[in-house]
Amino acid sequence: MKKQNNQDNNGAFKSRSQWASIWMRLKKNRMAMVGMFLLIAMILIAVFADLIADYDTLAIGQDQSIRMQGPSGDHWFGTDQFGRDVLARIIHGSRISLSMSIIAMSIAVAIGAIIGAIAGYYGGTVDNILMRIMDILLAIPPMLMSISIVAALGQSMVNLLIALAIAYIPVFARVIRSSILSIKDQEFIEAARSCGSSNKRIIFKHIVPNAIGPIIVQATLAMGATILIIASLSFMGLGVKPPEPEWGTMLYEGRDFLKQAPYLVLFPGGAITLAVISLNLLGDGLRDALDPRLRN
Amino acid sequence: MSNKLLEIKNISAEYRTDDGVSKVLNDVTLSLGNGETLGLVGETGAGKTTTALAIMGLLPKRTGFITNGSIEFAEEGNLLEKNEEIMKAIRGHRISMIFQDPMTSLNPVIRVGEQIKESFKVHMPDLSDEDMEKKVDEILEMVGIPAARKREYPHQFSGGMKQRVVIAMALSCEPQLLIADEPTTALDVTIQAQVLHMMDNLKKKLNTSMILITHDLGIVSQNCEKVAVMYAGSIIESGTAEEIFLNEDHHPYTIGLFGSIPDLKKQTRRLSPIDGLMPDPMDLPSGCVFHPRCPKCMEICKNEVPESVSMGGEHQIKCHLFKEVE
Amino acid sequence: MGKYIAQRLAMMVVVVFGISFIVFTIMNLTPGNAAYLILGQSASPEQVAKLEAELGLNDPFFVRYFDYIINMLQGNFGESYNTGLPVFQEIFARFPATLKLSTVAMFFAALIGIPVGVISAVRQYSFTDAVSTTMALLFASIPSFVMGLVLMLVFSLHLRWLPATGLDGIENYILPAITLSMATMATLVRMTRSTMLEVLKQDYIRTARAKGVDEKTVILKHSLRNALLPIVTVIGVDFGYLLGGTVVIESVFSINGLGTLLITGIRMKDTPTVMAAIMFVTLAYSLVNLAVDIVYAFIDPRIKSQYERG
Repeated sequence: MKKQNNQDNNGAFKSRSQWASIWMRLKKNRMAMVGMFLLIAMILIAVFADLIADYDTLAIGQDQSIRMQGPSGDHWFGTDQFGRDVLARIIHGSRISLSMSIIAMSIAVAIGAIIGAIAGYYGGTVDNILMRIMDILLAIPPMLMSISIVAALGQSMVNLLIALAIAYIPVFARVIRSSILSIKDQEFIEAARSCGSSNKRIIFKHIVPNAIGPIIVQATLAMGATILIIASLSFMGLGVKPPEPEWGTMLYEGRDFLKQAPYLVLFPGGAITLAVISLNLLGDGLRDALDPRLRN
Repeated sequence: MSNKLLEIKNISAEYRTDDGVSKVLNDVTLSLGNGETLGLVGETGAGKTTTALAIMGLLPKRTGFITNGSIEFAEEGNLLEKNEEIMKAIRGHRISMIFQDPMTSLNPVIRVGEQIKESFKVHMPDLSDEDMEKKVDEILEMVGIPAARKREYPHQFSGGMKQRVVIAMALSCEPQLLIADEPTTALDVTIQAQVLHMMDNLKKKLNTSMILITHDLGIVSQNCEKVAVMYAGSIIESGTAEEIFLNEDHHPYTIGLFGSIPDLKKQTRRLSPIDGLMPDPMDLPSGCVFHPRCPKCMEICKNEVPESVSMGGEHQIKCHLFKEVE
Repeated sequence: MGKYIAQRLAMMVVVVFGISFIVFTIMNLTPGNAAYLILGQSASPEQVAKLEAELGLNDPFFVRYFDYIINMLQGNFGESYNTGLPVFQEIFARFPATLKLSTVAMFFAALIGIPVGVISAVRQYSFTDAVSTTMALLFASIPSFVMGLVLMLVFSLHLRWLPATGLDGIENYILPAITLSMATMATLVRMTRSTMLEVLKQDYIRTARAKGVDEKTVILKHSLRNALLPIVTVIGVDFGYLLGGTVVIESVFSINGLGTLLITGIRMKDTPTVMAAIMFVTLAYSLVNLAVDIVYAFIDPRIKSQYERG
């Protein structure tokens, strides 16, 4: 319903003022700002985790004398069956979840971008072959894909990273390909080409900046999904191994005490939920800000 | 004329959005007799479609508000006071509307025949299914489409054919008033003439009154008995077609509007377009809405909203340049 | 129409072969020796060599792949390294539970998600809309196993209304199906809402209203059918997520389905079982998407006539 001073003609080069107007629209979206605030807070907690709670003594250091204590002034989120502080473990767990999903997404974006760019830019047979392969990869649900790769390569953080990256490569390849296709034939690209710009220059100067928006949106939303998958795999004992304070691993260890000590499940579960919510809020907000036509 | 069908008096309407309030209709007064055609002329964004939607009671629910005035229709009285049930019974039955773009006006997933039949289902529920089908066939034949094509979907029709379907749909219940919102703008020039000719014939056959919204003065001169010129939500000049096309005195905007179409008979050195742009309805100028663009702007125009001045006959002009002639 | 289905079917076959190749490749990256796994670490090198030859483990990669495909087409997925029983048998015994669970969950998600999405769109900006979009966001963000554990805690352990584990009676399905359906329900609410909002802005909706059609018909007949295409797409895609998601849910509620088989298979390094389980799920997923493609043609006459004209 809003009147927009309608931005670019479907992908003309996004100038600085356009980024500014995207930021303006994002700032207006209260939910997106909440998401961003939560995310920034979480990133800060992850970065300064060591200052907030000592890893060796609190997060993985076992102390049988204080095992299974409910939330209290000393241990806000209680202690687990090994006497480890749940809050400290959650704080250090944010490091694992955030860094793993960021790394996995970066790999997926980088490889997906190359594949998508080649397919979209060159078209024809190259495009056909690459995109069919991507279709096949997409036909395997990400969760199963990750499970099978971890099953084959063995349970480790690195393998989990590889699994997640592979599972999400086709998503980004598609995004980039379609945004390239949508602007490839526009006049300003032809103008650039007729001015003698090289393919490489056109790709990096004109096409990449246009594709960045949709990629950021997808990456934000996919990061939420990867956090879920990491936690799910760990919960099934296929992801991050104990005693690492990964959120899913904490649930895996705590589920046996569901009745006696539900807080062992609820707090890490809440942490995962909060992380995913903040990413979803921010992702939705970014999508609306980038394409105001979608806003209703 | 005594047999008034539609009498719009001093309608004002606004759209309220997060960005502010747009005053889209300002004190619009119009009247239409039985069997008459009124040409509603003006630039894009002048408020022509909003006027039509206001008559239909189809202004956007959350944002569109009528703040003043009345719309008297036939013996029904003021439509603005009617509840949704009564308006539904009037819509499509006694007042129909043809929308601008035939390409998007038909539902892509419903058969064409069914879309026409729906009018009968809504307004003549007592008819048997066979009778409805028969009426669908008739009305399709009337607009020049073989009845057998009613089983097809909109995407199987060309643009001109789609507009015929839309017209058939609008005329199916033989409405007293047909509002045609730029019915030919989206069509090829050759098809335009066909469609207009057909509409004119059907109108005469059914004795329907029509409001023809357009920005094409040629269409107006050929099809309309009355003309109203709209600018920034106001009717700035109205009268019979003769008065508008032949009288000496006009609103400066009308002169500008006529000046911006080339005339093959007269030898003019150049077109005289109107300088400037239509004002933002969120921020209308004070006084006469046209004053910032008016070549004859006076001091009074900047401060005082001009009253409607009768120029004799039905000719009315809203401009400070003119004084009432008795 | 026949041509359309044939084309989709052909595409599905290609995709399934592609998947089988990828899964086979991944599974063959497995470190560790299969023969030792079957015979135990104490086996003599001769025994191992003999078994490797029998299993064809020394053949080149592509030969093994084609053997696998040919066997698979005959319904032979090999024997479990763990139990020695044909994998197909095991899978066939476990698959119904998984399929039932995901189907129930999908029905549940659609039954609630679509109407809520429609209401949310029709009453945009209302309190109902705010509640349902917030719930949708929450449902999309809570990990299924956390939700499962919370539901189990409340309804089984504290209130004792529903059983916590197993899949014996109808009441056993309730908690796992609700848990599993949550994310899809959320996606459906959001998708239905945004598509309906888009459709309600279309000119043909205005045409319908101008005809005097009542609002209920405008929504159910004129809008919903146009909004159905993306909704059906979501159902298709999310069915895959549901099938993948059952793995987690089965683990939470100790259900003896394909998911548990897969997880045990992975722990035991039972490659034939793992591969077959993954192949089975992706095959089911592909079939669902084939069905979705066919449903498209019935929803949108444009797709249908595209193929009728040839």
